[in-house]
Amino acid sequence: METLSFEFPAGQPAQSRALVGCVGSGDLEVLLEPGQAGTLAIQVVTSVNGSAPRWQLLFERMFREQQLPALNISIHDFGATPGVVRLRLEQGLEELNHG
Amino acid sequence: MTTAQEQRGLHWFQALTGAAQPQQGLPASLRVADGELAGQAVRYIAVIADANNPFPRARNGEVGLLEGWGLAQAVDEAIEADRGNPHKRALIAIVDVPSQAYGRREEAYGIHQALAGAVDAYARARLAGHAVIGLLVGKAMSGAFLAHGYQANRLIALSDAGVMVHAMGKAAAARITLRSVDELEALAASVPPMAYDLDNYASLGLLSEVLDVEQVTQPTAADLACVQDALSRALAAIAGSPRDLRNRLGAANRAASTQVREALRAQW
Amino acid sequence: MAEQDIARLLAQRSFTELGARERARALLDAGSFRELLDPFARLMSPWLPKQGIVPQADDGVVVAKGLIDGQPAVVIAIEGAFQGGSLGEVGGAKIAGALELAAEDNRNGTPSRAVLLLETGGVRLQEANLGLAAIAEIQAAIVELREFQPVIGLVAGPVGCFGGMSIAAGLCSYLLVTREARLGLNGPQVIEQEAGLDEYDSRDRPFIWSLTGGEQRYASGLVDGYVSDDVEAIRGELHGLFGQGKPAQERSRRHAWFLERLRAVDTSVQADAAAVRSAYQGA
Repeated sequence: METLSFEFPAGQPAQSRALVGCVGSGDLEVLLEPGQAGTLAIQVVTSVNGSAPRWQLLFERMFREQQLPALNISIHDFGATPGVVRLRLEQGLEELNHG
Repeated sequence: MTTAQEQRGLHWFQALTGAAQPQQGLPASLRVADGELAGQAVRYIAVIADANNPFPRARNGEVGLLEGWGLAQAVDEAIEADRGNPHKRALIAIVDVPSQAYGRREEAYGIHQALAGAVDAYARARLAGHAVIGLLVGKAMSGAFLAHGYQANRLIALSDAGVMVHAMGKAAAARITLRSVDELEALAASVPPMAYDLDNYASLGLLSEVLDVEQVTQPTAADLACVQDALSRALAAIAGSPRDLRNRLGAANRAASTQVREALRAQW
Repeated sequence: MAEQDIARLLAQRSFTELGARERARALLDAGSFRELLDPFARLMSPWLPKQGIVPQADDGVVVAKGLIDGQPAVVIAIEGAFQGGSLGEVGGAKIAGALELAAEDNRNGTPSRAVLLLETGGVRLQEANLGLAAIAEIQAAIVELREFQPVIGLVAGPVGCFGGMSIAAGLCSYLLVTREARLGLNGPQVIEQEAGLDEYDSRDRPFIWSLTGGEQRYASGLVDGYVSDDVEAIRGELHGLFGQGKPAQERSRRHAWFLERLRAVDTSVQADAAAVRSAYQGA
């Protein structure tokens, strides 16, 4: 298990919070909450050691396409594939807009 | 040798009950007798090995179908006998239970329900005002301990390597959590709730007293006096206390149990 | 298939496909769900990270207050997908604490009732003795609360209900199961390890379901209701049972009846489903 931290530029703080997923096999839990203006802060606790470059790459790709609101995101990962991670993050962001 | 094979439970039962006549009409794997302690009526209850137990997976002192329902009967009879009496006899569970019974018959006939019967009776007795004490003289394992002892107002343990509280034996726990026994022991050394020794268990705040005795398997007169004193102290403490289990909270190694309750209450 | 059956099937909403939080929401009256110590409270296991295991923000237990059939209720749901629904210190304290507060409500004149959604292997071995202690407190709280109002347990699947929590299930005023449910004290693997393959083959799924599955438990009188995997059916069953009030005598109080039946069992032969149904006829 390891704990990783990431930061990306962001817009104004989000207006709500959201939770998606579960710390089950091959899945992850994502908690999204309003953050400090201008900052998207992500903390990842993952069962997979040595995965920091993979997370970095995945986040960079995702956030290159869109400027996100300022958020604190906590991830509890139980060995999810990048596809599942991306899906859960998108679900979470979607819920923020409708929650 | 397991603590049950040493017949710790039986020996302590005999020492504590003396010449009292055991109750009839119960499964042969139970010993139940009434007596008096510090001027109060008490009922002593032990589960013992019965080589002729009709259920073959419950012959070494395990708590199985007959034992669970039999404990329920022994406790319920005390509740009924003392109904309407302001002085409720105390119930002293002498705990030396290596495990619940593991077997096909047990699962098929609903051992979970039999153990629920025992838990139900002990909990109702406590709520009805019977003082309930768990006296740990040997193993107190998992479902067997839940059924026989863990509903007590107070838990008292003898200080001995054979007195052990746990959710699962070491070998099985290692297999289920995909670790070696060595790895499990290394973790247990730094994680108190996983440890198998009594000192670590005591650090969780669940015991009201730990007693040093000379001969844990065959109590001496001094050992008996020491345990009787402790039981008397517990009876006095219980008399002035709430009937729930909140006295088990408060240890530093169990801080989250208190924190969760306080936070729940604040949001209730 | 009759047209109305097809229509009914199409209208069904699976309960077992829902996570713990959505299960709790589905059973409470619409709009009344309010979660306590939700994941954002971050009361997580202090013990799992020490062992290199990723925790979950709610420790796998959802406590939600609301209304059931217009009456105050608390629904407690265990998330079977996290660590097999095992109970550690925090999750166990959430359940025990909620039941204790519901009992306190009743003593103060508020008739709070409780539903337990049991998807659990029992004690979380990584928190062994704290899980076991919490389960003893959950059991104590069930016995206390059910003196006031029914406590209803539901084992829906897919995890089933085992270990110390199966004993807790046995203490409930009423117990409901689905076809996918299993209910037993010891998990099949542990029995096989302790007693051998001849005694219990943990890989023989039909054998295990035949003894511990929901249908068998219902046919043997060890549970009170056998429900389909459908949200509305389960809600209806809950409303009906709460409407009945407390049972005349809880199953866990019937030691005389069970001892009489067990003494008549021929224990020289192994048990099978038919023998149990026959022994417990009229339960």
